[in-house]
Amino acid sequence: MADHHPTGIKRWLFTTNHKDIGTMYLWFSFVMFIVGGSMAMVIRAELYQPGLQFVDPNTFNQMTTMHGLIMVFGAVMPSMVGLANWLIPMQIGAPDMALPRMNNWSFWILPFAFTLLLLSFTMPGGAPNFGWTFYAPLSTTYAPPSTDFFIFGVHMMGISSIMGAINVIVTVFNMRAPGMTLMKMPLFVWTWLITAFLLIMVMPVLAGAVTMMLTDRHFGTSFFDAAGGGDPVMFQHIFWFFGHPEVYIMILPAFGVVSEIIPAFSRKKLFGYASMVYATASIALLSFIVWAHHMFTVGMPVAGELFFMIATMLIAVPTGVKVFNWVATMWKGSLTFETPMLFSIAFVILFTIGGFSGVMLAMAPIDFQYHDTYFVVAHFHYVLFPGAIFGTTAAVYYWMPKWTGKKCNEKWGKWHFWLSMIFVNLTFFPMHFSGLAGMPRRIPDYNMMFAGFNELASIGAFGLGLVQILFLFIVIKTVRSGEKSEKKPWDGATGLEWDQIDTPAPYHTFDTPPKVS
Amino acid sequence: MAIRRKLFASIAMLMGFIFSTVAFASDLNMRPGVTETSIEAFDLHMQVIYVMTVIAIVVFGAMFYSFIFHRKSKNPKPATWSHSTKMEIIWTAIPVLILIYLTIPAIKLLLKMEESKTDADLTIQITGIQWKWEYMYPEQNITFISSLSTPRDQIDSGSDKGENYLLEVDNELVIPAGKTVRFLVTADDVIHSWWVPDLAVKKDAIPGFINEAWTHVPEDAIGTYRGQCTELCGKDHGFMPVVVKVVSQSDFDSWVAQKNEERIAAEKAAAEAAASSWELDKLMALGEEIYNGKGACFSCHKADGSGTPPLFPALKGSQMATQADQLNDHINIVVNGKSGTAMAAYGSQLTDAELAAVITYERNAWGNDTGDAIQPSQIQAFKAGN
Repeated sequence: MADHHPTGIKRWLFTTNHKDIGTMYLWFSFVMFIVGGSMAMVIRAELYQPGLQFVDPNTFNQMTTMHGLIMVFGAVMPSMVGLANWLIPMQIGAPDMALPRMNNWSFWILPFAFTLLLLSFTMPGGAPNFGWTFYAPLSTTYAPPSTDFFIFGVHMMGISSIMGAINVIVTVFNMRAPGMTLMKMPLFVWTWLITAFLLIMVMPVLAGAVTMMLTDRHFGTSFFDAAGGGDPVMFQHIFWFFGHPEVYIMILPAFGVVSEIIPAFSRKKLFGYASMVYATASIALLSFIVWAHHMFTVGMPVAGELFFMIATMLIAVPTGVKVFNWVATMWKGSLTFETPMLFSIAFVILFTIGGFSGVMLAMAPIDFQYHDTYFVVAHFHYVLFPGAIFGTTAAVYYWMPKWTGKKCNEKWGKWHFWLSMIFVNLTFFPMHFSGLAGMPRRIPDYNMMFAGFNELASIGAFGLGLVQILFLFIVIKTVRSGEKSEKKPWDGATGLEWDQIDTPAPYHTFDTPPKVS
Repeated sequence: MAIRRKLFASIAMLMGFIFSTVAFASDLNMRPGVTETSIEAFDLHMQVIYVMTVIAIVVFGAMFYSFIFHRKSKNPKPATWSHSTKMEIIWTAIPVLILIYLTIPAIKLLLKMEESKTDADLTIQITGIQWKWEYMYPEQNITFISSLSTPRDQIDSGSDKGENYLLEVDNELVIPAGKTVRFLVTADDVIHSWWVPDLAVKKDAIPGFINEAWTHVPEDAIGTYRGQCTELCGKDHGFMPVVVKVVSQSDFDSWVAQKNEERIAAEKAAAEAAASSWELDKLMALGEEIYNGKGACFSCHKADGSGTPPLFPALKGSQMATQADQLNDHINIVVNGKSGTAMAAYGSQLTDAELAAVITYERNAWGNDTGDAIQPSQIQAFKAGN
């Protein structure tokens, strides 16, 4: 069968090929990563020293807000969808995603959604400035006019995510090769299947929240306005009912990635495959009943606080199972430490540190001291940067040969890893201390007692930012002139994509389904 | 084998050392604070840190052991097992036990902190306003606004910053030591959060709702305790500190008496000022002082009246501040504020003379030059007509 392969701009605009769409998602997320990252640089520059030096407080608030929104919705989520597009069909023996045209659409919505969001910087009053959590009424009646662009931007991202999720579910349920039973699927496919269900359940809730904001702003409703019989705290309940599963949406696929990579470089099967699947599913289920742990200080009834505290602490159990299983996978393996493995190991260690602070934050009576301080900022950056982003980075290094037929340079990869590892800790570890010392989040200026920690964090952040440019350089160099890869560059790698597909993967794979024994 | 053990032990020791240094070094850790609940919260915090340190040593220790002894050069033939029900049950059960061990003290402390103290010795209503706090002592008939007192030039320029930079206010909240104080926390505009780390009190101030919190500072902990607003509340969220001065009961009583005298004197002075007729110069001088000081008008509308449109409209050359037929609207917006925006109602925050002065200033500064000299009596008449 002829390998139909369109070229030029039309290839990318009209493509229904999962590989092309995956590539576009990954590049898009990298661009957003750089955009959101530059905002982080502005934040860290302003916080480098006490006093106001570079931006005024309102601009600072726009920076923190847009940094959060762009990283969550523009960088992390699309990068995971990009990986899903590239890998799921190859890993389950399908020729493509089940709904290819919808796949094209769900990608092409994103550039428009983010253009809409970023345009808000050029509007009178500036970009949204109420934090990525957009608590009402700061985000409704008190917000700048550009908030409506933010609302429609979020609607569009939501539509894109829901379509992406539907595609994953339909593909996984209908297009597995004969013999690929559910419990034979690679863990990456499992974690994405569960993520897709989370997306379908919570993105409409987010859409509801922003729609209520819209009507509060323009059509005289008072969902979140106490003066009209509404309740600002209800906004937080609705937001976090979306927001807590959202954090697992960002991390579960990364769990899947490291569950592929650690066995490959341990040359040993993943320990406890079934319990990994069940642990992932339990985390996803629990994520629906813990949302109010973000709101311990809003004045909830004590019974509510007890419930959300205990439910949240329970999440440590399946998460612990996953960490122990990764450690057991390495135990008595035959380990080598190529770049993807290094990023995966750092993922396990640093994510676990984020897990420790997570348990601390879950405990309501001490959360009163941590809440809305830099301790929280340290916590979620530990699970997001060395978590989600190291996970994606590991995936790029691991599957790059499969995607491009070329290997990343190990030496450069190791530089990228070690510099990232040093700077990520230099950036985010001191934030634990500034938080414990009492520094609130989202402030542009601070007392001298926080100065040392902030200086360290800023130096780390500038380094961390620069190192990601190195990553861009490595990727471009690999694509252009990387060393040619053999069919299976990693001797411990397993799975249909390595065993049954050429390297680089041809434009169309699995015209006839493979046999899975 | 001996080498292995030694290595393992040294890694464990190193990690234990790092974690415990981190936990013990005083300026790297949470402050225990001064109240019973804050000290208990600190103890619980330390308890969790110890537990987490032990878990970290075990888990990371096992990982590092693998990195060293199960690398390909040392262990070329990987094991083939990939499952052990026994192990999986063990490492599901142990975390459950650890969590139960941590949850019990947490539940006890939470129930204690969330007790409703309706029989408190003193009740204070705390209201968050963009970007200051209003404290009201209903039984003592005292109300005042507490706002940042750090001089502007310390913030904007590199000039030397005081020890309490951004953590100092013009009027501290004063409470007696050795007494149970109940706080009723609310807000006028957006959500704020009132936090004093040393008292372990953090409560969100939510418009339209009243939250309850309490503290009991022991008698040997007289002193000043500082905190900040911890819920993003707009532009100057970073500039609304909380300062609590804890004094002895007798000092508190004399403070209450003094505050009441001040209030009576201020009311009298305000009435006198309102009754007299003010020259334009005198109004302008007072107005400028209020605009750039107590009223903090400059923080949104800028010292040169240019504002940050459309969030914070310009006053310079604006219709409202220059047109004679909009004078009433101008008085109205200053006195009553504009709901749904950061423009607060200054009617209760400033005296009639101050209101008249600041409105006069806005109508004459920056080339607005209307020549209007608004009199305190006009403000009184406006308020009466409302």
